[in-house]
Amino acid sequence: MVGGADVSARGWGWRHAGRAAWAVSELDLEIAAGERVLLLGASGAGKSTLISALAGVLGGADEGEQAGSLLVGGGRPEDARGRVGLLLQDPDSQVMLARVGDDVAFGCENLGVPRDEIWRRVASALDAVGLHLPLSHPTSELSGGQKQRLALAGVLAMQPQLLLLDEPTANLDPQGVVEVRDSVARVLEHSEATFVVIEHRVEIWRHLVDRVIVLAPGGGVLADGSPEAVLASRGAELAASGVWVPEYPPARPARASRASRLGRGLSATSGEAAAPDCGRQGGLISAQLPRVAGKLAEQRWPIERERAGVGAGAAAAAADTRVDGVLLSARELAVARMKGHPVATDLALDIEAGTALAITGANGAGKSTLALTLAGLLAPARGTLQASEAFASGAASEPIRWKSRELLTRVGTVFQDPEHQFLAQTVRDELAVGPRALRLPRAQIDERVDELLERLRLTRLAAANPFTLSGGEKRRLSVATVLATRPSVLVLDEPTFGQDSRTWAELVALLAELLDTGTALVAVTHDAAFVDALADREFRMPDRPTPSVPAPAPADSQPHPTLTPTAHPLPDLQITKSAPKSRGKGGFRDPLPGARAGEGT
Amino acid sequence: MSILTPHRGTQAVYAINPVAKIGAAFVLSLTLILSIDWVSAAVALVLEGILFLWAGLTPRVFFLRTLPVWIAAPAAGLTTILYGRPSGETYFQFWLVHVTDGSIELGIATLLRVLAIGLPAVVLFVTVDPTDLADGLAQVLHLPNRFVLGGLAGLRLVGLFLDDWRSLKLARRARGVGDSGRIRRFASLGFALLVLSIRRGSKLATAMEARGFGSPIKRTYARASTFGWRETLLIVIAAAVALTAVAVSVSTGHWNFIGSTG
Repeated sequence: MVGGADVSARGWGWRHAGRAAWAVSELDLEIAAGERVLLLGASGAGKSTLISALAGVLGGADEGEQAGSLLVGGGRPEDARGRVGLLLQDPDSQVMLARVGDDVAFGCENLGVPRDEIWRRVASALDAVGLHLPLSHPTSELSGGQKQRLALAGVLAMQPQLLLLDEPTANLDPQGVVEVRDSVARVLEHSEATFVVIEHRVEIWRHLVDRVIVLAPGGGVLADGSPEAVLASRGAELAASGVWVPEYPPARPARASRASRLGRGLSATSGEAAAPDCGRQGGLISAQLPRVAGKLAEQRWPIERERAGVGAGAAAAAADTRVDGVLLSARELAVARMKGHPVATDLALDIEAGTALAITGANGAGKSTLALTLAGLLAPARGTLQASEAFASGAASEPIRWKSRELLTRVGTVFQDPEHQFLAQTVRDELAVGPRALRLPRAQIDERVDELLERLRLTRLAAANPFTLSGGEKRRLSVATVLATRPSVLVLDEPTFGQDSRTWAELVALLAELLDTGTALVAVTHDAAFVDALADREFRMPDRPTPSVPAPAPADSQPHPTLTPTAHPLPDLQITKSAPKSRGKGGFRDPLPGARAGEGT
Repeated sequence: MSILTPHRGTQAVYAINPVAKIGAAFVLSLTLILSIDWVSAAVALVLEGILFLWAGLTPRVFFLRTLPVWIAAPAAGLTTILYGRPSGETYFQFWLVHVTDGSIELGIATLLRVLAIGLPAVVLFVTVDPTDLADGLAQVLHLPNRFVLGGLAGLRLVGLFLDDWRSLKLARRARGVGDSGRIRRFASLGFALLVLSIRRGSKLATAMEARGFGSPIKRTYARASTFGWRETLLIVIAAAVALTAVAVSVSTGHWNFIGSTG
């Protein structure tokens, strides 16, 4: 058993090459050997920079400039390679080799560990993280949570004295989060290593750490102490800066009651003049404004403002026309990402204006595939997906036959990975892509872009490259790009994955307002809080008839114990709270009692 | 993803070091490209055909994996018949097409040669596991670790690129820019994929570095890659096939070095 390494920062700072501001500055910090630390801080406070520096992977002088000193076990982190283990956020970029055993062995090989010793360590590391798979199991067939545990095993096999975790669960679904948290808990039980984890969901780790350090955005340390003390004294402040503190959940918007929305839906017909309709909606919004959190409340939803003020230029009217009632209906729908391989079949659902539909279900059940099909991006494998006549408004009745440009004002899709949908060099141009494709007049494009920049706190970043933004900023931008063309249906794939609580609250408030203006919302999500806050209906994907059990390699299929779920003594995570499962068959659950009337299924 | 999912089995051939398989394929092809005559290619092909019985592939897998060769060989042969260097009696002539005794013989020789070089190369490669190959390259041929393991880890990203490509295509349609011409769309997609892959690559590099890759410590290997009698035997067999083919061809007077008139 190896002991822990201590960490000592004296006036330490780091400035990335080419940046004016220091990512971290004037940091004084002592972490004793064997301490378990949760590192918090607002986004941009330099948490990741610090942890990369501790792992010795920040790079040399050409990558940036260093001030003060940072020591791990009394030496420079770069020289402590192997004594420091780092687990990163993205499960996909941490798998190096094709087979489970080889992947775990990789770090040991690099450290020059003798062969016999390597395989002993591989076995015990896999055991420690509870990954009971054959050594030859293909790494490509692991789930996100399994990949993170594999990476953790690879790190443990190096027998580090300092174990660093950089948001290890941000890209995982709730089940994966629990898997990884439990694995870490088990590892810590048998380890003396110093442990530092960054995470903005406090409740995942608070029972595993004995110290919480909060970095200040301007540099230095904001708070430092036991989890209870820090959360008690700084909880509200942390929550406001985006940290998920259980005692201070993010504000949820008040939704206009479904009845009033339906009432509006009945009275307002498509193509009705925008102004009077809008007057009422304006009233609705201002009525709820005081309840919407923070800065968001300071302004009205700009599109509404424009509608009220401008009334309608011909082009704007075309784009702004809200359609009511059922927009899309799917019958006996089968969805497939690849031709001939449907992942879900026999689905029936309706998308209604002004309502939010949450698509939930197990991993691999075809949630995203269904969403992309509803969005008119994938062709139905079987069955029908019909747009109502008013919604199609002149285009074909099957969304897959719409032109790319015709989709813009009808269905907007926010992809799970924002990077997939970025097209331009700057944030400003990115927002203009859609309106330009609609051939809107220049002045109108500028107006829309400015409003969205302002509304989603991106004005400061207008000239930045979308790829250089933080996770939360990328998410806000990806939503804004879609809103720029004002689609009647908004399809979102895991919009709240890995988001801090501030972005989460902003997103939910924004979506609630869109719903109240008559936009239909379809969201694929694992996030129970998101479902609670927004969804009018929940569509649970049917479990797949034949679960895809990875076929073991024939050469050594024995022994092949499957993953054993570990009984964890830790309290249940709030975020994993999920709806009661109706196993074996999909269908609607209705969180709003009595609101089911008018559903077509 | 045939390159990432090697065919697996229990036969002896699967245990042979990939470096030896590459070596054997190399010996065969190098010898066979020295001449364009039908005799050497035919002899090699017959001998290879017998050896394929021990290749560890079922007939189905064999024909499935070698399908491209079976398509390429007649195509190359036909092209040579139509456009190859004319000599002897002319059977058919139309513009550039000129079918003669000589071009027919060349065409048949080309067809046999593509098969004789292509089939063993494919058969030897489908049973190669990239990880084992990397081990062999690093431990037997002593190629630099950075190059070999960097390449191996990069290979794993190929599958991710395919997913990225699909998502990028859908995203373009969703963003309203999916109506442009095929070529323009392909170019812009290619660029987007390049940007994404560089980002993935640098993340992977960081993760590898964090596991001690590139440290000054002398690396050890979890899997031994050895070159023993089996490997030697495979190369000897390949050399024997090549020599027999050359010997028969020379003794029957059909051997001709590339470029020399025949």
